[in-house]
Amino acid sequence: MSAKLGPIEKRQRQIITPEGVAMPMTVASRGARVAALLLDFFILYFAMFVFILLMIWLASGFMEALIDQAEDQITGAGEFLAVVVILFFFLARYGYFLSFELGPRGATLGKRACGIRIASRDGGRLTAEAVIARNLLRDIEMFLPIAFLLSAPGGEMGNAGIAGMIWFVLFMAFPFFNKDALRAGDIIAGTWVVEAPRTKLADALSTMGAADGRSELTGTRYEFGEAELSIYGEHELQTLERVLRASDDKAMSAVHETICAKIGWTPGAGDERAFLEAFYAQLRARLESDMRFGKRKADKYSESN
Amino acid sequence: MKAPVISSWFGRGKIEAPADVESAALSSDRFRLEREAEWTELEDILRRMEGGSMRRVTDEELLALPALYRTAASSLSVARATSLDAATLSYLESLVQRAWFQVYGPRQGLWRWLSGFLRGGWSRAVREIWLDICIALFVMVAGSIVGWLLVASDTEWYYRLVPSQFTDSRVPGASREVLAETLAVEQNSDGLSVFAASLFSNNAGVAILAFALGFAFGIPSLMLLVHNMAVLGAMLWLFSGQGLTLEFAAWLSVHGTTELFAILLSGAAGLHIGRNMAFPGNRTVLAAASESGKRGAIVMVGVVIMMVVAALLEAFPRQLVGGAENRLLIGGTFLACWLAYFFAYRGQPQEDAQ
Repeated sequence: MSAKLGPIEKRQRQIITPEGVAMPMTVASRGARVAALLLDFFILYFAMFVFILLMIWLASGFMEALIDQAEDQITGAGEFLAVVVILFFFLARYGYFLSFELGPRGATLGKRACGIRIASRDGGRLTAEAVIARNLLRDIEMFLPIAFLLSAPGGEMGNAGIAGMIWFVLFMAFPFFNKDALRAGDIIAGTWVVEAPRTKLADALSTMGAADGRSELTGTRYEFGEAELSIYGEHELQTLERVLRASDDKAMSAVHETICAKIGWTPGAGDERAFLEAFYAQLRARLESDMRFGKRKADKYSESN
Repeated sequence: MKAPVISSWFGRGKIEAPADVESAALSSDRFRLEREAEWTELEDILRRMEGGSMRRVTDEELLALPALYRTAASSLSVARATSLDAATLSYLESLVQRAWFQVYGPRQGLWRWLSGFLRGGWSRAVREIWLDICIALFVMVAGSIVGWLLVASDTEWYYRLVPSQFTDSRVPGASREVLAETLAVEQNSDGLSVFAASLFSNNAGVAILAFALGFAFGIPSLMLLVHNMAVLGAMLWLFSGQGLTLEFAAWLSVHGTTELFAILLSGAAGLHIGRNMAFPGNRTVLAAASESGKRGAIVMVGVVIMMVVAALLEAFPRQLVGGAENRLLIGGTFLACWLAYFFAYRGQPQEDAQ
């Protein structure tokens, strides 16, 4: 293991599926999780706000009847509405997270927007109990700290309040003290939050353009020899792939120039794309055929062996 | 070398044809083009499943899903060994991951889970934490005795223990008539359903707190139990001082047998987690925590249901039904029902978890 890992490599994990395929998982970044949480709270409170407005609108209908009675007694309908509001708040607080995380996407709306979802840490099935457990713990992690943060600095609760605040701040800081960014609820439930990428299949590069070496523009045939192709490794190949897929003229001519300088060709102009496509296809063919014989070349610095 | 055309097994021609296989200059791209149709088909099914509507997925597609998933997984292994096309590799990785989440995702919806929960899952989880229930029960009894003794030695403790909402007329030195008045029935049921709903919301919050605090090795859960029961002990002392012990117990028992039982269970569930984390045995602490956490979560769903029942009992029968005998009868019946359900009812045999 190298000592220096990039921020993304640090979050890479692997799960072995029952089929024996190593499946990479990326632990969701803490930033994405905070953003998802804020989004969820925004949605939740917005829904509650709309709900209250709706209730007030409904209540205004029989407000007159209330005034007519001239008693401070609640009518049956008003009482029913109050019950509905209290129960709705309770259900919204727990039901929102539960129902979405139990669904096929395993993510609340906020998590979906951030491209993350919950998964079972051991690679097994995500069970309903796990989802329930991780959401019950949200109470001490989120709702109580907020209450404490609001009340403790005022000193109304004395030292107990401050001690409680420190205690709950610890819970909020929990994800920063372990490498999988687990919060207390994740530990209790055996879950973690991972990235759920939805990648589109890009076109195959070797079917188009000058992959066979012949440029349609000039009619020349690009052929690269053993010495020219052995300069680069897989890392450079993938960089070249990105440049070709992005199809940005400036970047292509810069890369074209660099490659020509490296292999000792005199760079022409106007036919960069065909050159790069031909170079990409031949470099990849060479590296892939080496790969089948068990030889891999990570980048231009490594020995081809 | 000719690859088998698996897509013909599930003949559906609506997916657009990929580029001509022979036109690809690289064998790894030919490999990819030959299998692309299956991948797109799998992606299409996945998209509809993730959309949440199972009705838009036909039975044949559901049957094809595991096979398509395995094809994609084996394509991924082959591509890893033979292809250097980063875009295809990352597409396959995300596709296999999405398919894996659907194939090995939650098997049952919320309703299936709830029915299994009511028909055996709940009582099984309660029986599994019997030791923690015993400890929590002991702590609760000890807590109420402590509350009694504290107030008996110094009445100042009463004001410190009992929250201000209860110290309206129920204070030390109050006459028998005043105390008996607080136990009387209401004249009508106006406003009681609001009372019930807010009671439920409040009490369920306390119970969830008792469970969640078990995370800190269960000690805060126990402290919460002691504190709540000390309040009860203090009030018991107050009423028994005026010879109202039986009336108070009856008044309390209507909903108390259900509510105190629920608090007992939530404290025990929290303690269960704390105890397993402190003494994980052969497991890692994390494995012990998640195993006991899931068991505790089942108990807690039940506790929320019990809290609903308790709040309804507290608001209606307790305020409307008079007479110590009637009240004791209601409370005793509920206690017997809960005990029978948890410890005598065995329900369905447990389904295999995997």
